[in-house]
Amino acid sequence: MSVTPEVVSQVAALARLDMTDADLPAVTERFARVLDMVASLHTIPTDGVMPMSNPHDMVQRLRDDIVTETDQRETLLAVAPQSEAGYFLVPKVID
Amino acid sequence: MSYEMVIGLEVHLQLATASKIFSGSSTAFGAEPNAQANAVDMGMPGMLPVLNAQAIRFAVMFGLGIGAKIGRHSVFDRKNYFYPDLPKGYQISQFFEPIVAEGMFDVPMPDGSLWPIRITRAHLEEDAGKSVHDLFPGATAIDLNRAGTPLLEIVTEPDFRTAEQAVCYLKALHALAIALEISDGNMAEGSMRCDVNLSVRPAGSDILGTRTEIKNVNSFRFVERAIAVEFERQIDILEDGGEIIQETRLYDAERNETRSMRSKEVANDYRYFPEPDLLPIVIDDQYIESVRASLPELPADKRRRFIKDFQLGDYDAAQLANDRSTADFFEATVALCQEPKLTANWVLGDLSAALNRDECNIAGSPVTPELLAGLIRRLADNTLSSKLAKQVFEGLWAGEGDTDSIIEQRGLKQVSDSGSLEALVDAVIAQNPDQVAQYRAADPDKRKKLSGFFVGQIMKASQGQANPQLLNPILMAKLASDD
Amino acid sequence: MMQNVIGASAKTQLSLLDRGEISAVELVTEHLQHIRRHNSVLNAVTEILDESALAAARAADAQRASGEHKPLAGLPLLHKDNFCTRNITTSCASKMLADFKPPYDATVVSHLHTAGTVTLGKCNMDEFAMGSSTESSFYGPCKNPWDVTRVPGGSSGGSAAAVAAGFAPWATGTDTGGSIRQPASLCGVTGLKPTYGRVSRYGIVAFASSLDQAGPIARSVEDCAMMLNHIAGEDPLDATTAAIDCPDFTHGLSDDINGLRIGLPRQYFGSDLDPAVAVLVHAAIAELEAAGAILVDIDLPLTHDAIATYYVIAPAEASANLARYDGVRFGHRCADPADLQDLYQRSRSEGFGEEVQRRILVGTYALSAGSYEAYFKKAQQVRRLIRADFDRAFESVDLIAGPAAPSVAFTLGAKNQDPLTMYMEDVFTLSVNLAGLPGLSLPAGFTEKLPVGLQLIGRAFDEATVLRAGHRYQMMTDWHQHRAPMISGVSS
Repeated sequence: MSVTPEVVSQVAALARLDMTDADLPAVTERFARVLDMVASLHTIPTDGVMPMSNPHDMVQRLRDDIVTETDQRETLLAVAPQSEAGYFLVPKVID
Repeated sequence: MSYEMVIGLEVHLQLATASKIFSGSSTAFGAEPNAQANAVDMGMPGMLPVLNAQAIRFAVMFGLGIGAKIGRHSVFDRKNYFYPDLPKGYQISQFFEPIVAEGMFDVPMPDGSLWPIRITRAHLEEDAGKSVHDLFPGATAIDLNRAGTPLLEIVTEPDFRTAEQAVCYLKALHALAIALEISDGNMAEGSMRCDVNLSVRPAGSDILGTRTEIKNVNSFRFVERAIAVEFERQIDILEDGGEIIQETRLYDAERNETRSMRSKEVANDYRYFPEPDLLPIVIDDQYIESVRASLPELPADKRRRFIKDFQLGDYDAAQLANDRSTADFFEATVALCQEPKLTANWVLGDLSAALNRDECNIAGSPVTPELLAGLIRRLADNTLSSKLAKQVFEGLWAGEGDTDSIIEQRGLKQVSDSGSLEALVDAVIAQNPDQVAQYRAADPDKRKKLSGFFVGQIMKASQGQANPQLLNPILMAKLASDD
Repeated sequence: MMQNVIGASAKTQLSLLDRGEISAVELVTEHLQHIRRHNSVLNAVTEILDESALAAARAADAQRASGEHKPLAGLPLLHKDNFCTRNITTSCASKMLADFKPPYDATVVSHLHTAGTVTLGKCNMDEFAMGSSTESSFYGPCKNPWDVTRVPGGSSGGSAAAVAAGFAPWATGTDTGGSIRQPASLCGVTGLKPTYGRVSRYGIVAFASSLDQAGPIARSVEDCAMMLNHIAGEDPLDATTAAIDCPDFTHGLSDDINGLRIGLPRQYFGSDLDPAVAVLVHAAIAELEAAGAILVDIDLPLTHDAIATYYVIAPAEASANLARYDGVRFGHRCADPADLQDLYQRSRSEGFGEEVQRRILVGTYALSAGSYEAYFKKAQQVRRLIRADFDRAFESVDLIAGPAAPSVAFTLGAKNQDPLTMYMEDVFTLSVNLAGLPGLSLPAGFTEKLPVGLQLIGRAFDEATVLRAGHRYQMMTDWHQHRAPMISGVSS
């Protein structure tokens, strides 16, 4: 197996996904199978090849510096799970 | 063991675009929470960023302003982490290929010298929103108005060795941003935020110690204090035999100490990768030249011009050129009175003192360039001595009118006609026969000192209005003769 | 007449409307009734919008009566449920967004709305578009109208099944690794993935930003061209749309294909292709040759490596795109979060299904320190090589032809036990997304009464050639006119 449960646990933490001890073995097994498959990439020679983020050589499209938006607070906050007095609320964060 | 501090600074400068870097929301300060956050700013499903052309322009202007290399091909990257004021769960920033690469920044120091600082890079990124921790019990409130405001992050090499250098750099950076009109640089409103990276090492060593990062210090004074306390804190640890932990800290102004940021303790792997929703920015020579042609005069160039055209000294030129409003005031005054040296003295001297005393900035000065020019003209034409001019200045500051009317009202004209002066001299000589005898009996090298007594008496008698330059030969002549 | 309407092409239905032979209300009502009759079995539509559809139909009729009307006024349409539709649930078939009503329309949605179409409902899909069978949907699997024990393909399985079942003449879909072409193939309908950058992604819930593309699923190439006309074009709200002119895609469809060079990649006809499917695909290509095309053997050596490449890049981009689902501003939030981290972890673990979570893990891993160079950057390099393979091929051919899927529709549950088995479904379609090229899937026959699709791949922004060849094929064959039993009410 190419990947340990510890690694999967760490990755899950980075991705803010809950990973119980019960889930971990099965998740690790399937995760490892995918990783083993994609590891076949390592055998392909790519010296000097530029990575490709986007399929075409397109130029950056720009926007004029104009304000085009009005106050949409009411509409947008309407879909929020928890809000008050115009703010989104989350459990208190201690810095 | 003596230690030296090694400091690098990261400044986040909010760019003064009208709309945000990736959306058409307003960047105006002070709106109601979430009233300036649209669906793109909120990272709602399906929303996409589109780049504001002005943000590129401002970044290139900054790069040219510090003589830096402009990245001809630069790319946006996603910086991935979870925090409630970061709506998408990633910040669009530039990691691999920033828009501005290496440059140099000469920091004008108070003694007139220049301290060279290497700028590592400057890149564009979007600001996060604001978390407010004390509004609701047990909850943190999130306001996304600020999310998406364009930032230019300017990073220096660890070239600072004193808090003074750091503060002078910040002031000069601020002046440059204002001169270029790319930011209002308002630290109190968060337009300019400073992260201080500080490590210590034994004086003379060239190995870098472990550094800590003090985040989001938002005034020059706090930067100075934060550096001082963190320097002490690290030395204390090392002298106790401990090790500096590389960590992020916050400066607490009330307690004047730095403390560790608990929320950042979880190791963050930012997993940078090129932003697929945006394409590379390609900048050609033509664009750079057009931006260069549109640049306003930079503080460094202004400084050189003041030295050349007005024959000012390095120190005065630097002091005047650094701040745009001061420079403008100075030049406006000179245009009216054609006396650059006198103007420099007055702007940097009495005017500056009065502004500080009354906590006024030069733009709001009750003594305008017109009023000051009037005063200086009367100095230049000998109507006033410098002492009298100070009294007139007080009158100008208090709003009593212009120079000529104050001279009238207060009767402050300098006495310059030889007749009056002779009369004054005669009177004082007559009233002080002992001192006259003493003077005439004294050795020539002691006479200068003794003549001061007579000058003082004449000034008293004339309410300070006797013209000292014209007085002197008359006094000397009369004292010398044995009449 | 009414019976023939269900399953008729968009072009046919539009001409009926234009000629006044049917009203929009009648047309829409027929379709809604048909959906109600069969959707509980198929589960192709997750939300049926009777009220708003009928209101829109009435408005369309009024418009037509007044003399001036929108070009597609009254024509029924379905949207895949990852297209944001203002104030209408847009769930992406996920618990995470089961109650999400976006306050905005996707650009594609507003274009089609402006053209006068009537939205009948939202289509089932694989959760967050991640899958090839529509079995990962929060709303349960969708079934294939040709055999309800089988999958319709995915992730646009609901859209393909709905069109195959006659629920609407056409539907929107998205294709990130084959999600329009493969379900179209499995359901016996026509599906087009346009060139990357041809159609705006604004308002389409992002899966993999550099691979996603929206496109039509319909009963014919003509219909695909018609929809493409309305949805293609530069969008100031999407910086990745191309600043390139859009021709009228319905023009020149019937032009001949004499001398058109069609490449047949050796790698598309190997052991991963079901022999029965291979026979039909070869026959279809032979038809194109009979119509004047010249067949050329070509090589796309990195075809297989595209799977590994795709399954690094797509999950990586997705892991970042799905980070916004944190329970704070929209979407599912867990009950009584103890603190911020609990809010994040439980909301996300409760909201996302297994496949989505797996891809987030893979993607996060591929981008993490120590893995970035070996996985993500490497995959991006191979991506460039894959594109180069196609560019090289297109020096000697104008189109590339092959199968759209390695087999016919498989039975529910047959491939979802092992993620890798499912990933292999897209072996013929993935590389087209990596290269950003246009790809079309057309019905090319049946084996064991199950549909098989022919795929045509074109040069970047050359949808015109792809559509012309596809239409020529549909002028010579009638596979695309076969109707699933559900439509005629007769078992086939």
